Amino acid sequence: MPAITATAVTSIKALRRNPLRSALTTLGIIIGIASVIAMVQIGEGSSAAIKQTIKNMGANTLIIFPGAAASGGVSFGGGSAVTLTSADAAAIARDCPSVSAAAPVVNARMQLVHGSQNWVPQFLIGSTPAYFTVRDWKLKAGRFFNNDDVRNANEVCVLGQTDVKALFPSGRALGKIILVQQVPLRVIGVLRRKGANMMGMDQDDIVVLPWTTLKYRISGSALMNQNQNASTSSTNSFSPSQLYPQKSQNLYPAVSSVQAADTPNPVTFPNVNNIQVSTPNAAALPQAMAEINALLRQRHHLLPNQPDDFNIRDLAEISHALGKTSMLMTDLLTGVALISLVVGGVGIMNIMLVSVTERTREIGLRMALGAKPIDILGQFIIEAIILCLFGGALGILIGQLLSTMVQSVFHWPIQISVPAVVASFLVSAFVGVAFGYYPAWKASRLDPIEALRYE
Amino acid sequence: MADVIEVKDIVKTYQLGGGPVQVLKGVSMTVTGGEMVALMGASGSGKTTLMNILGCLDRPTSGSYKLDGREISSMSVAQRAQIRNEKIGFVFQNFNLLPRTTALDNVLLPMAYAQGAPAGAKLRKRGVEMLERVGLGQRLDHHPSQLSGGQQQRVAIARALINNPRLLLADEPTGNLDSRTSEEVLRMFQQLNREENLTVLLVTHAAEVAHHASRIIHIKDGLIESGAPPAPAAAQPASAGGP
Repeated sequence: MPAITATAVTSIKALRRNPLRSALTTLGIIIGIASVIAMVQIGEGSSAAIKQTIKNMGANTLIIFPGAAASGGVSFGGGSAVTLTSADAAAIARDCPSVSAAAPVVNARMQLVHGSQNWVPQFLIGSTPAYFTVRDWKLKAGRFFNNDDVRNANEVCVLGQTDVKALFPSGRALGKIILVQQVPLRVIGVLRRKGANMMGMDQDDIVVLPWTTLKYRISGSALMNQNQNASTSSTNSFSPSQLYPQKSQNLYPAVSSVQAADTPNPVTFPNVNNIQVSTPNAAALPQAMAEINALLRQRHHLLPNQPDDFNIRDLAEISHALGKTSMLMTDLLTGVALISLVVGGVGIMNIMLVSVTERTREIGLRMALGAKPIDILGQFIIEAIILCLFGGALGILIGQLLSTMVQSVFHWPIQISVPAVVASFLVSAFVGVAFGYYPAWKASRLDPIEALRYE
Repeated sequence: MADVIEVKDIVKTYQLGGGPVQVLKGVSMTVTGGEMVALMGASGSGKTTLMNILGCLDRPTSGSYKLDGREISSMSVAQRAQIRNEKIGFVFQNFNLLPRTTALDNVLLPMAYAQGAPAGAKLRKRGVEMLERVGLGQRLDHHPSQLSGGQQQRVAIARALINNPRLLLADEPTGNLDSRTSEEVLRMFQQLNREENLTVLLVTHAAEVAHHASRIIHIKDGLIESGAPPAPAAAQPASAGGP
């Protein structure tokens, strides 16, 4: 051990004797490590950004649809059963550990009216506050509605950017009242822009309100004929329709109370159109699907031999793309990092070889004064390692600086990577040994007689 | 006193392009402890080859070489390095000081390879003592480039002495010095030889340098010519300082 310390002291003295040469030698490693650090941090930042984008598209979400109802051998198609309820959504959120949020969703297609403007949004969604978590919506202004709003079926809504533009030419929507089927809704929040989804549909063309409000105050009647509702509402709501009546005259007399009692309004079921579920990450999806399946079968009292009365769908294509993208990114970065480190190592070896030639006389002198070949070998390897570690440390610093600069100048996302820092430190030490060995070995094999006479 | 150098029938053969070349053709010589001997010979005489073997830098092809009673010719590279470190002090023609390194650090260089060497302040004190002994106590922190040729050679002598060697091997120590500085350096060798009983082997081709020694060994064509003491007239000025 003291021998190594003595050799290290010798190495440090030798390095300090020619600071310029030492600096030039270590430059390759500095540049190599700096580029690795910068690249990994910028790369991981982009990778994280890509993951976030894909997550925004719903890669970590599941949608549960009710199953098909059938009567006398005639199936009514997917989603026609009325078995899925908001209580199911609450149970999923509560009892499935792999699920981070679950929101019941009621869809409708109806006209919005504000002042002289009207608009039929692509998505009119009744849900709970969990919906914003599941679909990863962010607020631009105002607030989301809360669970009290849902419980009380309050007349509030949150608007997407497209609808704000369509209904409010001034752009100021917050606090205003819009009408849906004559029901006034106060705009309490405006969503941040999200853009089109994978199908090219405008995701910002959305109105979200408490599902209780939509189901019990607005659509009221059965949701089966929701598309017709839009057209009827447009004729019902406005004065021009009175000026230019488009509706045919009521041919039949008004319903009497006796008739009303004989033919009651259809019962409004508490069912929802679907339940949207999100998991902490895409990897948890299969586990979440299994948990939800078991829970819903139990809640719906299905016997083991009965088929599911619901369907769970995931966005397999997207989550597959996510996995591939991040893997490709990692491979690419690793490849580039390796190349630049090898280049740095070859640089070290190059200059160490030159250094050995240049210091032949010094080596001969040291040997004459009693240095054994192993002492010379040790000295040059330790010199290389010190240079590499020093270069590594400096490279980490410069790389950090570089990526921070890139972040502030180009606004690229970066992510500080501790494993990258640790790895590049270890790798630079390894490069020092690997590429310092050959020059050191060459130095140790010199003949002291010839080395002393070398000019 | 015991023999420091005991050489018997040393042969050294080099394999060159044209076949083997015998440079030393059976050299035998002895140097007793406390002697100051000059090894003289023209270039090509085998003088340098013999010196390399005596300095444990090279091994003879055959024959026996005992330094301070230890057989060298069968030793490994590492063993010889240790012997050089412990028993021999080298003084070279071109000083061979490390550039951009202080005189003190240059003097301490052999101690980096010595086993059981003192460390820290004790080591430094020893280095300072050595430099004071060669009259450079004021120049501890000077770099070689800031010293004159004579001063550089004195630093080299201090470096050769720091391990308390049994043999001081000086290879043309005055070759790069003017006549006045040469005289100073040679006086220093004589003084070390006389006062500390240090065995000195001067390797040179110049007669006026060799005459500072108490005995001259001539080598010619790979063979020792004579081991006779120098003529009294030539030896006189060297020992003239005595009472």
